[in-house]
Amino acid sequence: MNLETLSIDQTRAALTSGETTATALAEVHYARIAQKDGEINSYLSLAKDRALAQAAKIDALAKAGDPLPPLAGVPLGIKDVLTMVGSPATAGSKILEGYHPPYDCTAVAKLEAAGAVLLGKLNCDEFAMGSSNENSAYGPVHNPRALDRVPGGSSGGSAAAVAAGFCVASLGTDTGGSIRQPAAFCGVTGLLPTWGRVSRFGLIAFASSLDRIGPFTRNVKDAATLLGVMAGSDIMDATASHTPVNDYVAESQKPVAGLKIGVPEEYFGEGLDLEIRAAVEKSIADLKAAGCEIKKISLPHTRYAIPTYYVIATAEASSNLSRFDGVRFGLRDKSASTLTGMYRQTRDAGFGAEVKRRILLGTYALSAGYYDAYYKKAQQVRTLLTRDFLSAFADVDAIVTPMTPTPAFKLGEKTDDPVAMYLADVYTVAASLAGICGVSVPCGNTKEGLPIGVQILGRHFDEGMALRVAQAVENAQK
Amino acid sequence: MSETVTLDVVRRVAELALLELKDDEVVRMQKDLNAILGHIDQLNELDTAGVPPMAQVSEILGGQVEASADALREDLVRPSIDRTAVLREAPEADHRFFKVPKVIER
Repeated sequence: MNLETLSIDQTRAALTSGETTATALAEVHYARIAQKDGEINSYLSLAKDRALAQAAKIDALAKAGDPLPPLAGVPLGIKDVLTMVGSPATAGSKILEGYHPPYDCTAVAKLEAAGAVLLGKLNCDEFAMGSSNENSAYGPVHNPRALDRVPGGSSGGSAAAVAAGFCVASLGTDTGGSIRQPAAFCGVTGLLPTWGRVSRFGLIAFASSLDRIGPFTRNVKDAATLLGVMAGSDIMDATASHTPVNDYVAESQKPVAGLKIGVPEEYFGEGLDLEIRAAVEKSIADLKAAGCEIKKISLPHTRYAIPTYYVIATAEASSNLSRFDGVRFGLRDKSASTLTGMYRQTRDAGFGAEVKRRILLGTYALSAGYYDAYYKKAQQVRTLLTRDFLSAFADVDAIVTPMTPTPAFKLGEKTDDPVAMYLADVYTVAASLAGICGVSVPCGNTKEGLPIGVQILGRHFDEGMALRVAQAVENAQK
Repeated sequence: MSETVTLDVVRRVAELALLELKDDEVVRMQKDLNAILGHIDQLNELDTAGVPPMAQVSEILGGQVEASADALREDLVRPSIDRTAVLREAPEADHRFFKVPKVIER
């Protein structure tokens, strides 16, 4: 059984035929993690008791000849910003060291109810703030395709674990590109659902109007399967949409002939690596060959997406992260004799440099005298960016763009220059601000062997369409 | 809007954010904030007069991401997270309460 290529369908087929058991599958993944994760650092903790108990339940069902749930025995890894009873939730931060949440994240609970085996918690940038997974308090993650390179961020551990064969699929979160960019860097598929499509209950918040939970998988169909399980309204999250959940697998497998595909000129300008440009253009040509009509489009406010994002995301982060004060969970600096001193010293000891930088930026943007100039202005530009997409989707069914301006960069290459690091998200943040859905799907490799991803963007709640086009891109790679 | 962030502004913002920065961190943050805000100043190129601000996507989509009555759950008593389990995770607790250092300073 090749762990590096195993899909959900193959896992289920192997269980149904009796070729393996859920317990054996979990054990073989744990053995591989023990053997190889030392050089990648993708898992922060393993949930062996919970995973093996779940595997035993699945095996009992199989033995009794009962019907198996859709994710029966599928080994999954979970980004450590999502809560799971029995496991620590660090969010990659020292300030949450030792914290064991008393409740399950809804997305995690739904996957387990569908039969998945949750192997453990995956490394990430501290509070999901980063583009390279170098901001984790528990050390950087290394890209399994090239160990001296970053895996992308902030869900770097989730992307790396799938690429390295440490799980069949994983969950990540995307605030400004944190699923799509690491998927591209590690050569796996990453899905950004529409904002509100998947409940955020149990997600340790970074920027609530942007945060989304989505899967990393080895193929497009698996991403459709996982979305189908996780999507839907939730009594615990009033912002989780009541829009009906579609059969994403069926939609993703439809032919693409006759679809109109938009190619925005703003995504192919200066700074785009030539090999990436060639691979993305090849995918566009493949879609044309499959019968799609390719239309040039314009998203005129694209260049304002990064500055808009860094105002809005940091403003929301400065508010969300005020709950980490040493009172209710995690770290407390016990040397302070007053309450305010305890807040300040705990936050000083617990937060890393990037988190402090973003809290300061957000607090500054929200402070008296600067609110209109920064926060309100950014919210207005967010409206313009969203209108760009709504207007484009009046003419096209999906939009295709490069996923990243460069392939995975070297560890340490950008850590001293926050602006250069933020610009690595140039192709991802506009979709985040607009709330639309998207898929990052592998579309080739550089001459050096580094993965290249292409981004397929879809209308709000039209994940089926984005997955359908992504499936056509994937089919053309075979 | 591109007023240079001074060391005093960094200290003041850190105070608002309840962050205790060391002297070298204040200097580093001043440099970083100025670099990032310089980039953010590009937004001033755009005339946004009359453009409504968007706090979240539901505002532009109307009914699709609903803020309607459907989003309100029924007013029923239902089980909540066990208090003991919550307090177990606190750095200091006293049966029913979170414990903190003294609040009133003299």
